[in-house]
Amino acid sequence: MIVFHDLVKRFDDKTVLNGFSLEIPDGQTTVIIGYSGSGKSVALKHIVGLLEPDAGAVTVDDQVVHELDRDALTALRTHIGYVFQFAALFDSMSVSDNIALGLRRQRLPDGEIADRVHEALELVELADTAELFPAELSGGMRKRVGIARAIALRPRYILYDEPTTGLDPVTSAVMDQLMVRTRETYGVTSVVVTHDMRSAYTVGDRIAMLYRGTVRQVGTIEQIQRTHDPIVRQFIEGRPEAVDDAERAVEGVEP
Amino acid sequence: MQSFLSARVTGWYAGFGRLGQLLADMGRALRDVRVWPGLTATQMRRIGVDSVPIALFIAVFTGIVLALQASYTFTGAVPLYFVGTLVGKTVMLELGPVLTGLALAGRVGANIAAELGTMRVTEQVDALETLAYDPVSYLVLPRVLAATIMFPMIVALAVAVGVVSGWITAVNLLDLSTVEFVRGLRLFYHFKDIWFGLVKSVSFGFAISLIGCIKGLSVRQGAEEVGRAATKAVVLGAQMILVLDAFWAVVLL
Repeated sequence: MIVFHDLVKRFDDKTVLNGFSLEIPDGQTTVIIGYSGSGKSVALKHIVGLLEPDAGAVTVDDQVVHELDRDALTALRTHIGYVFQFAALFDSMSVSDNIALGLRRQRLPDGEIADRVHEALELVELADTAELFPAELSGGMRKRVGIARAIALRPRYILYDEPTTGLDPVTSAVMDQLMVRTRETYGVTSVVVTHDMRSAYTVGDRIAMLYRGTVRQVGTIEQIQRTHDPIVRQFIEGRPEAVDDAERAVEGVEP
Repeated sequence: MQSFLSARVTGWYAGFGRLGQLLADMGRALRDVRVWPGLTATQMRRIGVDSVPIALFIAVFTGIVLALQASYTFTGAVPLYFVGTLVGKTVMLELGPVLTGLALAGRVGANIAAELGTMRVTEQVDALETLAYDPVSYLVLPRVLAATIMFPMIVALAVAVGVVSGWITAVNLLDLSTVEFVRGLRLFYHFKDIWFGLVKSVSFGFAISLIGCIKGLSVRQGAEEVGRAATKAVVLGAQMILVLDAFWAVVLL
């Protein structure tokens, strides 16, 4: 299980997370919603140790991530797939090499690597792009390859950072289907960071709203949809009167 | 003024801190033998083999100019076979390593800084980490090792071509025979002339690639910062070459 314990993260004089606490139950998809710049991706990066907290901690399977030594952190990362906002594919490698890179690190036999690459590409319906390079793919295809790269590792957890941002509605729906299919096929625990409410309702079991550095509300989709919290309501309904909140989100919070 | 100086001093300390940290990480990354050896071979081709044309271009023209300037300087006062001495000594001790190093500071230093900077802003470095790779053993160590190994080879080639270029110029344009040129070349020759230049070039390769890596991985956001990192890598790399050049002259000569 992944748990955020009173996480605090500052960048210079800007406090992004200010006592962020959240439990991610195993086998479920938890969606973290919030305004752009509110610190959703920052929270996600703490799970794999890409960022270190200024206070508090993130635990994964009861291991405090920022206290792990290099070897233990590397071992932990082999169990976590990370899908980046802009895919972060290696542009000097073909699609199949991008997917195989993490598998080679796990020292799997060549035959198994080839099988897993093929299987992952089949799942994201991009089997015919194996020899193409990222520059030859559309934005949506790149994101799907990013998912294939994460899935191929057969991780216990998959973290999705804004998986539908910048995509047209149809491609967004395809991404949502993929995330649902991934959970159903592999039973992975997923954390999805997004501000796309349609996507959140489609893929999520639970939704947590990150607001001014902390969790404003967490609950099932139904609980969130029926919430009486005015801040959460304004956000999920996309009301223009919430514009001040949206603008303040990028300024950070008072520590 | 005080805040400007304070910021500069803090910046230098931070720079030294980053350098120390990276060197320590490189030492640790050496254990990761399943990752860096293969990538080092690739980088040796990219950094080394692909840099040969520019190094040879510089060497050819350095040899020509040295031979002609030596002849101009010596006319009437010094026997002409000293052209061989001056070409040999100057190319081996100074101009071969330093001019090649300065050219490669531009080509290699900027290339490394821009490549790693772009990988940083497009989250490819983060992606490497999430795939359980250490960016130091995957990105930094192969580049630094490749540059450190290949620079002396390129410089050796450049020195040879520079001397040959000076010889061809002397024979064809200065009315000097091959025997006279070689006589001048062997006059005052010491084996140290060769290894002194090669030792310098090892340090140049190490410094240029390390600076490129530090500047590239320090990039945090945007194309503008990638450009700035590449520029800083070239300027700092060129400065380091001159500093190291003086250092080795003091220590070894």
